[in-house]
Amino acid sequence: MPEQHGVRLEVRDASWRVAGRTIVEDVDLVCEPGTVTGLLGPNGSGKTTLINLVAGLTRPATGSVSVDGRDLHALPHRERARLVGLVEQQASTTLDLTVRQVVELGRIPHRKGRLPALDTAPDEHEVVDHALRLADVEDLADRSWQTLSGGERQRTQLARAVAQRPAVLLLDEPTNHLDLGHQLDFLARVRGLGLTTVAALHDLELAAAYCDRVAVLDAGRVVAVGAVADVLTSELIAEVYGVDATVEPHPVHDRPHVRWNGPRTKVRA
Amino acid sequence: MTRTFGGLGTLALGLVLLGAAMAVSLGVGAVSVPVPQVLEVVARRFHLGDFDVSLLNDQIVWQLRLPRVLGAASVGAGLALCGAVLQSLTRNDLADPYLLGISGGAAVGAVTVIVLGVPFAGLIGSAAVTAAGFVGALAALLAVLVLAAGRSGALPPTRTILAGVAVGQVCAAYTSFLVIMSGDSQAARRVLSWTLGSVAGLRWESAVFLAVVALVATVGIVALADQLDAFAFGEASARSLGVDVTRLRWLLLVGTALVTACLVAYAGLIGFVGLVVPHMVRLATGPGHRLLLPMCAVVGAITLVLADTVARSVVEGQEVPIGVVTGVVGAPFFAWLLRRGRHHA
Repeated sequence: MPEQHGVRLEVRDASWRVAGRTIVEDVDLVCEPGTVTGLLGPNGSGKTTLINLVAGLTRPATGSVSVDGRDLHALPHRERARLVGLVEQQASTTLDLTVRQVVELGRIPHRKGRLPALDTAPDEHEVVDHALRLADVEDLADRSWQTLSGGERQRTQLARAVAQRPAVLLLDEPTNHLDLGHQLDFLARVRGLGLTTVAALHDLELAAAYCDRVAVLDAGRVVAVGAVADVLTSELIAEVYGVDATVEPHPVHDRPHVRWNGPRTKVRA
Repeated sequence: MTRTFGGLGTLALGLVLLGAAMAVSLGVGAVSVPVPQVLEVVARRFHLGDFDVSLLNDQIVWQLRLPRVLGAASVGAGLALCGAVLQSLTRNDLADPYLLGISGGAAVGAVTVIVLGVPFAGLIGSAAVTAAGFVGALAALLAVLVLAAGRSGALPPTRTILAGVAVGQVCAAYTSFLVIMSGDSQAARRVLSWTLGSVAGLRWESAVFLAVVALVATVGIVALADQLDAFAFGEASARSLGVDVTRLRWLLLVGTALVTACLVAYAGLIGFVGLVVPHMVRLATGPGHRLLLPMCAVVGAITLVLADTVARSVVEGQEVPIGVVTGVVGAPFFAWLLRRGRHHA
């Protein structure tokens, strides 16, 4: 099965407001094909809103999001869902679905017919199997979603997004509820997909280890963007997170290693 | 989401059972007609053979009972289908077809005509009750939509449910006031019996109309099965799967409300079918809407055909309101479902 290759994602001057408050302002972000971009920033800095804008769930007040040169918000909903897949922070349902049924949800934007009982696309089974394999949940295919652990659920959601066969993958703090081992495993799998990926992350260490580039949001604006080593500096961490931290090369791999020392001592009143 | 073949088999079995239930139901009543003769009457009417049937049996089965049995099946199918859709759309297990103030609004119209005895739209008697019930339901729906829709035009489920409750309460206050103030015990009795529902008075024209409504609703709603599946993990997830959530909500909330208004106008407020049948079917089919929705229509139809059969045969010489039957059977069943659900959680 041919792999979907990543495409170029461009966010231009995107702003979004709610009830008169600006949540995201004038965001410019370009993600090259197949790269993983980490979206960093403290709580309330607009990461989730930006992810939703890029996912096409909300329409920017100004500016645009384009995928492979096509304006995402001008596309029909189904077509958009075939280009962009989203893994939420913690998806939940009360329904009793199996893992395979959850992954099959990802095929919905690909079903064209209007008589759902009668036309299941011939390749559907194959695509779903492939997605189950890529996310390492094929052994769980017949298990009930309700019985899965947090890590298994998140891999299942990743498989669902992969079954959408998107060109762009968006992850909203996907590792928040996972233990350390599962965090590393999950992000390694995401990297392995080779899709143009944007992941909102809280953990600077993880971002440093798994992202090609990072963009840092503060109060809805991008305050820094670039290669991990250039952006993640102790000055920036002090400024944006209010934390005194030391950044040095990691002793094992040479990616930046963030060590926090404590809350920043206030310099300005 | 279920394998297509197994799904079609289950559906075929359901339709056979529905046919059997209707055949049995056609034979039951003040005069009982054996099933073979029921089938002969129906077959002769469809020109499937030259059977020798008595005029009396033909009258009873074809003229008197078939409209009501067909009506019961259609109303049951429609209510169960609408209930299933609203439960999925609002992600609320307690949602039923009367969610959007339909019951209250229809009652305002129907009770006004029953109590005040006024003609409605040039109609009198039960035709006036039907017409007024339909108009009342639409008015209530409109009020609920105006209250629930935000400036953006979205219909958030919680606000929609609350708006339905608010409109329903105002309607209930009005109908209670009207019944109490009228001091007419006959009228009060008729209001009560309308509230509990009945398919007893249905004639052929009404039954055919209801059947068409149920059929159109089934086809239209089953076509949206995939999009309802997409709501499994909530609204954001549905959007990310390419569902135009706002458009789908409007389409289905207004669509199911119109269907329910038609059913209620003819059959009154039959409770529990729209609430319980979807839960019952979900136990057997799982949550995938491709099978759940058509099966809800079939099982809803069977349920109401059987309930109506009981309603007209359990007390000799008297009709028990069909809502009493569905309540007596439905409520304990619902309680059982709830307890069963607790073990899962």
